[in-house]
Amino acid sequence: MMALVVSPVLVPMLTAVLATLLRRHAALQRAVSFVGILTLLACAIALVALASSGHPAEAAFGGWNAPFGIQFRIDRLGAVMVLLTALMGTASLLFMWSDADTKPQHPLLLPLIHGMLIGVGGAFATADLFNLYVWFEVMLIGVLGLFAIGGRLDQLDATFKYFALNLVGTLLLVVAVGAVYAVTGQLNFGALHQAALALKPGVAIVLLTVLMLAFLIKAGAFPLFAWLPASYHTLPAPALALCAGLLTKVGIYALLRMLGDVFAPPPEMLLQALGWIAAATMLFGVLGAAYHWDLRRILGFHIISQIGYMLLGIALGTEAGDAGALFYTAHHIIVKANLFLIAAMIWRLTGSYDLRRIGGLANARPLLGLLFIVPALSLIGFPPLSGFWAKLLVLREAIELGHVTWTVVALIVSLLTLYSMMKIWLEAFWKPHPDPAWTPPRDTRLGPAWAVTIGLALITLTIGLDPQPLIAYVTAAALSMGAR
Amino acid sequence: MIWAIAITIWITVLVGARLALSRDLLRCVLGLSILASGVNLVLFSSGRVSSPLPAVVIAGESVLGPSANPVPQALVLTAIVIGFALVCFSLVLVLRLIREAESDDTLDLRFAEPKPRHSLEPMATDAAMEPVHPNDPGASTRSGERRS
Repeated sequence: MMALVVSPVLVPMLTAVLATLLRRHAALQRAVSFVGILTLLACAIALVALASSGHPAEAAFGGWNAPFGIQFRIDRLGAVMVLLTALMGTASLLFMWSDADTKPQHPLLLPLIHGMLIGVGGAFATADLFNLYVWFEVMLIGVLGLFAIGGRLDQLDATFKYFALNLVGTLLLVVAVGAVYAVTGQLNFGALHQAALALKPGVAIVLLTVLMLAFLIKAGAFPLFAWLPASYHTLPAPALALCAGLLTKVGIYALLRMLGDVFAPPPEMLLQALGWIAAATMLFGVLGAAYHWDLRRILGFHIISQIGYMLLGIALGTEAGDAGALFYTAHHIIVKANLFLIAAMIWRLTGSYDLRRIGGLANARPLLGLLFIVPALSLIGFPPLSGFWAKLLVLREAIELGHVTWTVVALIVSLLTLYSMMKIWLEAFWKPHPDPAWTPPRDTRLGPAWAVTIGLALITLTIGLDPQPLIAYVTAAALSMGAR
Repeated sequence: MIWAIAITIWITVLVGARLALSRDLLRCVLGLSILASGVNLVLFSSGRVSSPLPAVVIAGESVLGPSANPVPQALVLTAIVIGFALVCFSLVLVLRLIREAESDDTLDLRFAEPKPRHSLEPMATDAAMEPVHPNDPGASTRSGERRS
């Protein structure tokens, strides 16, 4: 029990250490990382099983019981996030076997990826506010390593922007943690929930505003998302898919945890503000995507736009809204990572990420077109794919609560998402390649890439065709929050 | 005492923010680390400034007398260690960046996100800022140049 609850931290930590020691033996290092990530996957499945039976795994460290010691507690919400983390890690590591934008593979790349997963796993496992900050920092240093390790000038530049802007978020988080501790004298989530009920409304608004601001920077919300388009596109594909899938979503998770669970019910004024931030995030994200021609930049701006939908779910402040946000997060992580990986395959086949320089894939690789269509339409929200149910859950609740403006913005943004996806489809697949002599290269090694992307597309399809198990799970997760 | 700390925090944050907003890379990083120190002081004072005695029950007694709150001390120690690691990383990063970019002006650092020249047509990325394609014949020479 104790071993299982610390597994999201312990397994990647052991793997990172072993992979660092084995940095001179590439084959062994890769084998160890696979064993590590598959162990994490097995632990995550066990955690989900445990959490969905209504007995969240928990442990308090150092012989100090909660609320005095640091506590780990993985309920339904945390367990599904850990499962998605392990799934994305597996996909990313498998994809590295291919040659689609996976070079150069620095000997410390795998340790850094596992190092980042330590932070992600810890953030999902912990039930302590200061500990949450620590895991955000662990994640930050891992990601900075991933950015800097390529050593290209634009990557170093991106590392600096990522560092400077994310550090502001981190510092705000420390201020918020200090303020929360000063007012309530608690850091443990369960104890904070009790203490928060007695807070004066004015004090609660000030505390939560700082806390929200910190997590909104981490989540990439409007107008605090500048670090994301400045840096993401410089990463190699497997690391990019992993970061795009997980990092901003840790911010979303933290917001959901704070507003939907620890400080539930949050002040109405903050929810209103968050709703407008969500609408602006959706709109400005998708406008950025409509402007760009580089595949990675388009998809990067789509992350921001989609973050808006998750924020909207949280901003509704009801159980159904929280459930919708969680469903959206789960669907989005899988679809987004898949799109970045497919973009890398397009790069391998056509030679560029820039849509103006490529084309002709519909004739050359029709199956890749089909594969692209599944996550692309899912991101837009076509039935019967997973994105349709995600948007339905969030927007139905928004309409029921009478938030017409936000709903209309969300629907317009869906149309604009369709526009930018059509741009990718028309330019990369439909139009002939600008170089008439172009033929797809024959010496590719795309087998692992196909396996990963088809696998992720099948998950999207499965959720889309049979959403009920996931809907039941997220609803149960939302219902069990805020009522410890 | 609490006023002295409050004024110290105020000055530290002011100096840190002023430096962090500088165009000079090194100043920016130093400013962020000073800002982090100010934030650490906030965290430290979250436990209130009271007695300077450690939170240890004196031998022979069963009740803890007046003493300092140990929790914020533990928190701030953690934050200092993490901040130190980040400062070390950022200093190495900035040195490398200044050497490679041959400039320490943040306005010149537009390698990852080039300044748009046209309001509708974004620029194509420079080939040296792209990953090396396996089928690109000029790739090996370019990456060689970059390393030298």
